[in-house]
Amino acid sequence: MIPRRFEYLAPATLGQALGMLRKYRDAKILSGGMSLIPMMKLRLVSPQYVIDINNIKGLNYIKAVGNTIRIGALTRHADIEHSPIIKAKLPMLAEAASVIADQQVRNLGTFCGSLAHADPAADWPATVLALDAEMVIRGAGKRVVKASKFFRGPFETVLKPTEILTEVSIPIPNGPKVGQAYLKFERKAGDFATVGVASSIVLGKDNKVSKIGIGVTAVAPAPYKAVEAEKILLGKEPTAELVEEAAKAAAAMSDPSSDLRGSAEYKREMTRVFTRRSLKKALERAGISI
Amino acid sequence: MAVKKAAEIGSKRPVTIEINGTKYTYDVEPRLLLVHYIREYAGLTGTHIGCDTTNCGACTVLMDLNGKWKAIKSCTYFAVQANGKRIITIEGLAKDGELHPLQKAFWEHHGLQCGYCTPGMILAAAGYLMINPNPTEMEVRHGISGNLCRCTGYQNIVKAILAAAEEIRNSGRPVIE
Repeated sequence: MIPRRFEYLAPATLGQALGMLRKYRDAKILSGGMSLIPMMKLRLVSPQYVIDINNIKGLNYIKAVGNTIRIGALTRHADIEHSPIIKAKLPMLAEAASVIADQQVRNLGTFCGSLAHADPAADWPATVLALDAEMVIRGAGKRVVKASKFFRGPFETVLKPTEILTEVSIPIPNGPKVGQAYLKFERKAGDFATVGVASSIVLGKDNKVSKIGIGVTAVAPAPYKAVEAEKILLGKEPTAELVEEAAKAAAAMSDPSSDLRGSAEYKREMTRVFTRRSLKKALERAGISI
Repeated sequence: MAVKKAAEIGSKRPVTIEINGTKYTYDVEPRLLLVHYIREYAGLTGTHIGCDTTNCGACTVLMDLNGKWKAIKSCTYFAVQANGKRIITIEGLAKDGELHPLQKAFWEHHGLQCGYCTPGMILAAAGYLMINPNPTEMEVRHGISGNLCRCTGYQNIVKAILAAAEEIRNSGRPVIE
């Protein structure tokens, strides 16, 4: 399959890339290309200009700054999957990376690119919602948007056509007991999620939940933070009954559509099941068995 | 604003790629996929096109990304992106007439039936063994999950990769020299 003709631009700096975005209106940013190139081959998108940011130095990083981990625009899924600091501080991300597509796609596809693309069934959005990440956006200036305000709808975010998502800053969950999990339900190896649920839980010495984040993907027009489910557990000592109640609340917030991965009814039910399992796993990792 | 005229958009430009140690330069359109550059311009037809949709892995090659060899799917990469980069295809694995341990193991363990997926399987396996030199059977299956064999000969493919991994470990040599 051959895409429509396009002009290829390879800026050497972020400033140049932003200048090109302002100058050429019908342009797309190419980072990993694992969504853009297939869409161009299918001619679902045919930008006149492709701005390849891979030659810009200093955009591929995972670094600890204070109590946050910062991930740059060109950091690949595979970089996150194998990063010792991610495994130690944000293990949910390494877990999610390992179930994205396959080795070859993970070697090229980028974390920020996937978030900016905002496929409603992508894995990363659930994790940044659960972890309360901040999205660092560069355009004419710099602005920072909470993950919970970033996603607008299918393939739609708050990013303007002249902006680039350059970094995601993730607070490291901190407390006496912490646990995280990303659970994905997929039909076959490497598939998009039927449903994916990310959970991050912090508990006090008294075993009460002091902080909780639940992100859900693939079962609504946009990924969502299951705030109704979070409320049920916040401030309480988790029990099997409370976790089940939270799972039901997360499922009640879903708005899935029927497709080849299942009927809407089935997906809503799977949202309940996988929210429960994701929460249980996060609690187990925090040393709490219910 | 100096916007290019429609006729100039996407016109051919020289792209140089080092494939298996040899530099090739051809004038190509930006929309040319790497797999077509390899097969139709450089004439190396060992890299196959299977699904053309990033699913089957038949087009897998190794690319030097920041000094590390990584398996990628060449049907989902523009040749122009590879300008100045190094890649290895199936033709570049044997050295001095001696098959690579993965090639030998695929032969010995009947890891190929029709052979169509084999180049991609071998390069995906090479990429994976560089990440995990001592994998379990399940890890090998996860490592090649981006490659499809429609003869469904996975049992012997997995056996071959496990055997090659052992041979490479025992030899003390890197997966890719």
